[in-house]
Amino acid sequence: MPDQSQETLRKTWQEGTAKANTNYVRRRITIDPITRLEGHGKIDIFLDAAGQVERAYFQVPELRGFEKFVQGRPAEEMPQITSRICGVCPTAHHMAATKALDALYQVDPPPAAKKIRELIYSTFMTEDHALHFYFLGGPDFVVGPEAPPAERNVLGVIGKVGVETGKKVIAMRRRLRELIALVGGKAAHPVFGLPGGVAKHVTSDMRKQFQDVAAEAVEFAQFTLGLFEDVVLKNTDYVNLILSDIYTHRTYYMGLVDDSNRVNFYDGQIRVVTPEGKEWKKFGPEQYLENVAEHVEPWSYVKFCYLKPVGWKGFTEGIESGIYSVAPLARLNVSDGMATPLAQTAYEKFFSTLGKPVHHTLANHWARVVELLYAAERMTELAADPLLTDGNIRVLPTEKPREGIGVVEAPRGTLIHHYQTDENGLIQKANLIVATQNNAARIAMSVEKAAKGLISGADVPEGVLNKVEMAFRAYDPCHGCATHSLPGSMPLLLRVRSHTGETVAVLRRDFNGSVHRE
Amino acid sequence: MPEKPKVAFYWCASCGGCEEAVVDLAEAILDVVAAVDIVFWPVALDFKRKDVEAMPEGSILVSFVNGAIRTSEQADMAHLLRSKSKLLVALGSCSHLGGIPGLANLFDRESILNAVYLESPSTVNPEGSLPATHHKDDGHTVELPRFYNTVQALDQVVEVDYYVPGCPPTPRIFRTALQTLLGDELPAKGTVLAPDHALCDECPRKDTKPERLSFVEFKRPQQVLIDEQECLLAQGLLCMGPATRAGCEALCVRGNMPCSGCCGPTSRVKDQGAKILSSLASLVEGKEEAEIDRILSTIPDPAGTFYRYSLPASLLHRKKLDGCHCKNR
Repeated sequence: MPDQSQETLRKTWQEGTAKANTNYVRRRITIDPITRLEGHGKIDIFLDAAGQVERAYFQVPELRGFEKFVQGRPAEEMPQITSRICGVCPTAHHMAATKALDALYQVDPPPAAKKIRELIYSTFMTEDHALHFYFLGGPDFVVGPEAPPAERNVLGVIGKVGVETGKKVIAMRRRLRELIALVGGKAAHPVFGLPGGVAKHVTSDMRKQFQDVAAEAVEFAQFTLGLFEDVVLKNTDYVNLILSDIYTHRTYYMGLVDDSNRVNFYDGQIRVVTPEGKEWKKFGPEQYLENVAEHVEPWSYVKFCYLKPVGWKGFTEGIESGIYSVAPLARLNVSDGMATPLAQTAYEKFFSTLGKPVHHTLANHWARVVELLYAAERMTELAADPLLTDGNIRVLPTEKPREGIGVVEAPRGTLIHHYQTDENGLIQKANLIVATQNNAARIAMSVEKAAKGLISGADVPEGVLNKVEMAFRAYDPCHGCATHSLPGSMPLLLRVRSHTGETVAVLRRDFNGSVHRE
Repeated sequence: MPEKPKVAFYWCASCGGCEEAVVDLAEAILDVVAAVDIVFWPVALDFKRKDVEAMPEGSILVSFVNGAIRTSEQADMAHLLRSKSKLLVALGSCSHLGGIPGLANLFDRESILNAVYLESPSTVNPEGSLPATHHKDDGHTVELPRFYNTVQALDQVVEVDYYVPGCPPTPRIFRTALQTLLGDELPAKGTVLAPDHALCDECPRKDTKPERLSFVEFKRPQQVLIDEQECLLAQGLLCMGPATRAGCEALCVRGNMPCSGCCGPTSRVKDQGAKILSSLASLVEGKEEAEIDRILSTIPDPAGTFYRYSLPASLLHRKKLDGCHCKNR
């Protein structure tokens, strides 16, 4: 990027940040919306007598009850059973469960098994982040938030970047998933994880396949980063949108870091920073109960996570509120750098442009591409590691099982599995803190803020739906509707009710992106 | 230009893996988009419901519904899609047989809600709040769908024409099913769209399966180093291959882990769990009852193992509910 546009960009960021900060001081949010991004979304907005937004409820009402029905199941089945929590990120649940089994049986896997696990995990993160960028979140930017809704999808992205590139994206995703299946049996719901290791070893032929795809994945990630910079960062309108107060929240952030406080998806300590970006605490997975708690609201099936020592203060941000955020932006905010060279360069540019910490939710898209590059580079490193093809991939457990906690960074944030068993290794209790749940309170605030900022009375501008949706799509919510929509635009119902409870306006957006007023 | 066939996708209690299976068509997905008109995609509910309601009866050629029926909303949607579709297809294990979320039938609604909202060690809930179908919040009534006591497979709620098995269905199974349904000759109603023979027939290890298996104990996967070539049953591991429908190309076995039965039984078997249990029991190497009991007791979780994906659709259906005669709700 030439110096001049870099300078303009930095200036725009600074102005936007200053504006956001002013707005932050002026008003505090103390409202109670709901959020759960599984399956489908429903936003109910209640107006006060003056016609202003009083409350906004964002409900996605679903529950399956894994914590209960895994009771009595053999612990070693948990990697496969809990992967069914989410078919989009099954590998994350599979891995968190497998690590919980290591702890449960007190076994340390051989080096080759750890390499294989992390290699599959890096492959999965590369695939998942690419999926989000091109199929789900990216269309907002690559095609444009103001573009006709019917074009704001993966086909629109292909139109913009060219059919050849589009096919490359699809082929890259397929090849990454084939690699996961090569070792893990299946890409959706893999089977490789066992306490103390993995089920299958990696041959030199398989290594070659990983190396080939990894090299292409690094190129692909660099191309994607370039695309993001060209299309988004050079467009002042987009930059202003990212910086706008509607998409800004000052919360705590959480993520896994390695010994040098660099981002790590597979292992490490949980680090939390304050809204000012200072380290609040760094703790091991076994200390999660001291630090993380869940709040229940009777009008939602989702539970809202918060930092236990700080406390639940309602849906409000700032240092006094225990609400925190996870996922790519949070991971970058809590870390001191990236462990691979190209990603480190991208990380430095990210923060030199935006300052640190970054509170703009939409900057998640940029952070995700930085992580995509890291995941691809890490794949390359692991695929080249001589230990990878070592045949020693299992340590058989000898200790009696009792209790185990496993933590990984899922694409959508910190994921915690905690099991207690009887002596025979049958689950007695399971506690699961799922990635998106960590973000639930902040997502709720985002939807509320967008509604308050964009809606006044029954006169709801039609562009509001996508802008409200962008507020939560940036989090890449697990099970989110966006993740399951082929065209990349989520059907939404937005209902506005007067202070007497009467419905005054209903806007619907179809799967194909067209908006109807009822 | 003749109108393209209308296709709908919908999801109930599921993980989204079946949607990924559709996206896993990869390059071929562009052909699918060109060949059909997708009028409804899984994620919507209330909002899209009006759209679907406005469609003439039977105007959708095929609706693919994945996920089990867990809430009132999902049951309503299943009925609506049934009435609007010529063909209703259960896609994936949850819709086909109840799936892994169907293991919740070993418990009831109350114990599930208590476990999640009251007993979880990280939950702070001094007021004992539980999600409610109608809740007044600052004068605003906020509604949630009803969480049923019992998980049901799709055909326990509405009539189903075809089934696409697997958790999730592999791209090959799904692609073949799609071609069949869009083709001129439809198979008999009720057909499971996958090969009708046992998985062992297409297993890469079938040559190592002994003529007659026998068991002196059953092994759990973490207890043994698993050979990467030999039949898993021959290694003492519980592989569901003999009682499971083929079609997936034995992907889990290729990952060096036993088949857990996600494609359900073949057409000749009514109850997958009972089938594998009876086959295994006859292969137990014990004469005395005590010895047989000892060998069978090395299977730590028979219900969760043999009915991993099929409890709601099985003869067992669910654990008996105390004092409740309304078995489904």
